[in-house]
Amino acid sequence: MSHHTPDKMKRIYLYTRYERSWHWLQMVFIAVLLFTGLEIHGMYNILGFEEAVEIHNTVGIAWLIAFAFFIFWLFTTGEWKQYIPTTKKLFSVMHYYGFGIFMGRPHPVPKRKEAKHNPLQRLTYLGLAAALLPLQMVSGILYWTYNQWGEWGLSPSLTLGMVALVHMAIAFAILIFIIIHVYMTTTGHTVFAHIKAMVSGWEEVEKTVPIEDWEKAK
Amino acid sequence: MRRKHITLFCLLIAACLLLPGVIPATAVNSGNNAKTPLAMTDTSEKQTTADHTKFPALNQAFETGQAITEACLSCHSEADDQIHQTIHWNWLSPYDAEGKTGKAGYSINNFCISANKMEDSDCNSCHIGWNKKEEGINCLLCHSQKDVKWRDEFKDYAFFKESGELEIADEIQGRIKEGAQSIGLPGRRNCGTCHFYGGGGEGVKHGDLDASLHSPDKNLDVHMGQDSENFRCTRCHTTTAHQIAGRVYSTPASMHRKSLVENDMVPKIMCESCHTATPHKEGDKMNDHTDKVACQTCHIPAFARKNSTEIYWDWSKAGNLKNGNPYIDNDATGRPIYKSIKGSFKWEKNVMPEYYWYNGSVKTVMAGDKINPKETTRVSWPVGSREDPNARIFPFKVHRGKQPYDTVHNIFIAPLLSPEENGYWKTFDWQDSSKRGMEIMGLPFSGQIGFADSEYVFPTTHMVAPEKDALSCMECHIPSAGRMTNLAGFYMPGRDAFKLLDMAGWAGVLAACAGVLLHGLGRLFTIGRKKEN
Repeated sequence: MSHHTPDKMKRIYLYTRYERSWHWLQMVFIAVLLFTGLEIHGMYNILGFEEAVEIHNTVGIAWLIAFAFFIFWLFTTGEWKQYIPTTKKLFSVMHYYGFGIFMGRPHPVPKRKEAKHNPLQRLTYLGLAAALLPLQMVSGILYWTYNQWGEWGLSPSLTLGMVALVHMAIAFAILIFIIIHVYMTTTGHTVFAHIKAMVSGWEEVEKTVPIEDWEKAK
Repeated sequence: MRRKHITLFCLLIAACLLLPGVIPATAVNSGNNAKTPLAMTDTSEKQTTADHTKFPALNQAFETGQAITEACLSCHSEADDQIHQTIHWNWLSPYDAEGKTGKAGYSINNFCISANKMEDSDCNSCHIGWNKKEEGINCLLCHSQKDVKWRDEFKDYAFFKESGELEIADEIQGRIKEGAQSIGLPGRRNCGTCHFYGGGGEGVKHGDLDASLHSPDKNLDVHMGQDSENFRCTRCHTTTAHQIAGRVYSTPASMHRKSLVENDMVPKIMCESCHTATPHKEGDKMNDHTDKVACQTCHIPAFARKNSTEIYWDWSKAGNLKNGNPYIDNDATGRPIYKSIKGSFKWEKNVMPEYYWYNGSVKTVMAGDKINPKETTRVSWPVGSREDPNARIFPFKVHRGKQPYDTVHNIFIAPLLSPEENGYWKTFDWQDSSKRGMEIMGLPFSGQIGFADSEYVFPTTHMVAPEKDALSCMECHIPSAGRMTNLAGFYMPGRDAFKLLDMAGWAGVLAACAGVLLHGLGRLFTIGRKKEN
């Protein structure tokens, strides 16, 4: 699929070892949570309800702890700035994926060390990391601590149905995100370029496109 | 440096995976650690400090039953007053000030329907008196450790004594005396004589109390099993002044869910008394169930596991005769499926219970209560709801049937049945037996008889199965055909779902799949165009 010649490309070290490990660890956590969660929801019977619940709870809490480390990393490294939302060039990115990509046009906002995410990614990842995932964790913790609601004064105004509704709705949203996210990894200059980058840390980007100041995270 | 980073990262992953295991799922309830009840055996026939063979009062020839009772009372001076206040004597619930609730009152069922205020004499054959209820208390029915047919023995004794055959009379007197002197706490035979045979036969009424409990093994009942704890009835049915704990009429039974560690004087032994409210290992999700699910629900997966139990009784079929005589048809297992005097029956073995919210009381329809004959009447039903903090989901045997009702007054009929009173079992005359039965009850009877569907519930609490047979999660936590499908008003994971959300969610997933597929195909077909660029 590539029309680029190697001399046009340069290799940049985009993802640190911690980022990559975190990404793949989170991938495993989410995969296990989706698989066991859907079983608990009654979609299929593979592990058995009891086993599925036990794994789901353990991995859920593990994810929560790992997520806390991730937040710590974001703020100590200043990487949180990569998630500041912007609408600049948002339209051209959307236009690129809807149109330009078929015409072989270059990506309007290519990856740079200082700007890992294009505007669409920023919005998506911010929405995930700041809203959907925390909400999923909160609803998960509530689900898990159902028996303490009485002591905490939550019941009867809060019902398990409400929590289950939120937890399930976000699960669907995450599943939909994963489908699109995995597909989007194939839109690099080769089909596996982005995935390789998330393994090695090194991403190949075009030399020529200049980076604009507003894009820079630092 | 690099190695240090790798080590740190490995530690992080290990922490993530290990920490959740260390935090108990319910961090709060960590008070009760006494989980395993000590193996307690209750086999001794002689738990008392007295040897009744040594009492002069019992070393005499007894001409009548009452004479034995008098001998008992010469030491146990308060026993008769105590007995006269019990439900075992009165057959009336002590919790109903009006004295209407109970077999001797207006409570009815869908077996023999009503005892007609104890005037239907066959019903009283289970009463704890001499000659039913006529001649005073019979202490020995509950306390003698010998199986003596008292009525027959006294009759025979009198007969042989009168006819001068003193040797035989002495022999009978010897058996009477032996029975009167071998005294202990009630054993399974004492209680079982009535309670295993309620409703006119073995296994008719309760699904969890039948003759198989005379000598059960561990698989049938972990507590009563002779190869297990070997409990006798009184191990759990504790007694104060002859008031035996464990009835269900309107007793608010579950008000005090305390373990014996918290209060060793609780009037009623329940599962929690010994096993505590958190009987499973710490952090086990099962412990979170005990506030809403009774122990019995998971630990009695089925009742009538050894002998079958009656589940259906159709009175409308009664009255068929062969050559003018009543008859009985049995099925291959020897259970009656038709009796001229009672109608047709259905039996079932290994029955899965039905589940209801239950706070420990059962209410019954009273004779004279209006019914809707077009619907199935719940002649008795468990009290409780999800909102009731004392209620738990509890397993029940539901006995269904058809029973006579007055089609004009829309009330159930309490027919007089006993042959002694020239009841239906002798005359096969619905009109006469209904008329006289309702007269005794002080209720109207129009002469118009129909048969209406009814249900009667029994809480299931005996026949607790071994741990290996307890219900798995998926007996209830499955989308359809689970055991709790009839319980509404709450969200149960695995059983319940929001249909609209699921539809929307899967539609979204499908749309995403379709979208990326089309986008991918689009890219595939436009490769050529890119090369032109």
